[in-house]
Amino acid sequence: MKLLDQARALLAQDAGADRVVPPTGFTARLTVLTSAAMAFLTIFALALSLASGRLATTWGEELARESTLRISAPADQMDAQTAAALRVLEQTPGVASARALSVEEQQALLEPWFGPDLPVESLPVPQLIAVIEGPEGYDSEGLRLRLQAEVPGAVLDEHTRWRRPLAAAASRLKLLGWVSILLIGGATAGMVTLAANAALAANAQVIAVLRLVGATDGYIARAFVRRFTMRTLIGAGAGTLLGVVALFIMPGGEAAGGFLTGLRFQGWHWVLPMIVPPLAALVAFVATELAARRVLGGLA
Amino acid sequence: MIELDNVAYSYSGDALLTDMSLQLAPGAFHFLTGPSGAGKTTFLKLCYGALKPTGGRVRIFDHDVTDMSRDDVAMARRRIGVVHQDCQFLDHLPVAENVALPLTVSGQASPDQVDNLNELMAWVGLSEKYDALPPELSGGERQRAALARALILSPDVILADEPTGNVDWEMSQRLLRLLVELNKMGKTVMIATHDLMLIRAAKSMVPARILRIANRTLQAAGADL
Repeated sequence: MKLLDQARALLAQDAGADRVVPPTGFTARLTVLTSAAMAFLTIFALALSLASGRLATTWGEELARESTLRISAPADQMDAQTAAALRVLEQTPGVASARALSVEEQQALLEPWFGPDLPVESLPVPQLIAVIEGPEGYDSEGLRLRLQAEVPGAVLDEHTRWRRPLAAAASRLKLLGWVSILLIGGATAGMVTLAANAALAANAQVIAVLRLVGATDGYIARAFVRRFTMRTLIGAGAGTLLGVVALFIMPGGEAAGGFLTGLRFQGWHWVLPMIVPPLAALVAFVATELAARRVLGGLA
Repeated sequence: MIELDNVAYSYSGDALLTDMSLQLAPGAFHFLTGPSGAGKTTFLKLCYGALKPTGGRVRIFDHDVTDMSRDDVAMARRRIGVVHQDCQFLDHLPVAENVALPLTVSGQASPDQVDNLNELMAWVGLSEKYDALPPELSGGERQRAALARALILSPDVILADEPTGNVDWEMSQRLLRLLVELNKMGKTVMIATHDLMLIRAAKSMVPARILRIANRTLQAAGADL
């Protein structure tokens, strides 16, 4: 509540408080420039984070947990081995369902290669069993061992499993993006604190005069806080704009056929960059307020 | 207004001032004298809360200084006009804005105050320097601008530290007359100076009490001045 009041007082027009601190060209430009750079980096970290998030999600869904069991056996053992395999699968924890493909289905699968007229029944085509994994997944090593013992002709083919480490990597990348954003925020706070300390030190005489004529610490702090907040807001605004434009001219992800994803924001995510400048301003506000309170508290 | 009761002040363990008692009553006129380095400035700083006593009690407008927060001190300063020996200004703002600074920082700046400001600037003879920057002023002009700044909020107490330090005799007479006039308007005035000529000149105009800092304490000076 107190913070809210301070923020309101900060935004209220008070030309007097702004004028009491002399304008300082160099640090001002530096603050604007640095916050612009920080905002630009934040946009990319954000884009990276969201893109890896999308990647992790799509890949995770496609892993959609389907594997295939292929049984090659002499024709007279085929039915027995298929039944045995199905039994094993039913008993395996983490397998949601297992179903032997019918002759028609197998024929449909082979059609692109051999044409529609192939008599599948008369060929030694292996029997396929579609295995759907439950949400918790199954222990593929254990399953393989059991199958080896009970159904010697079975080969477990987990065709999407290789993507799993990639999906995990994408999740990590997403985390890394968020950590980067936090670090950038921290660096912004540090930079603003240093700039504010420098400004406070450079204006020691101004502060002494203001104290002498009865200015409260709050009034003096406000003059500095308002400046640094506005500079950061302006800088971060410019940086965000540049970052968004840069993302906009990046190629979208469609070309890669949905396997990879574009770095661009998608859908409502375009709203997120707009939060960056106010957030940077808030960081600057808190950092300068704390720096000013600390410096002023130490003065007579 | 301002009361000191057995006040002591020491810088890093070395006692500079000890055992000082004084009551500044409304409408009183005091001179504070003593050799350079005796602690006149320190004494004044104790009076406006820039320093807190290391012993005894200082009460400013009936509040004990040691219990006052920084904001309380700021509020008290709005009722105490201080003129420093080396007056400092906001060098990037014109003289008029510097004089009006106490109004600005206390949120009392308003268009109605313009007449008040003009009158005060004329009274200290700085109407011509309205838009000048402080570094362009002469020593005497700075002293008068500082006085005007100390007066803009119509304070109850005026504390002046060597207000005539940087000015010629004529100008110091003029500043003195301004301070005497303020005293006649009911303000409490305390002037720290080692200029005995100034004190003598004042005695013909106003019943002034003379205090001397000697032997690290405050004494009433005799009639020999």
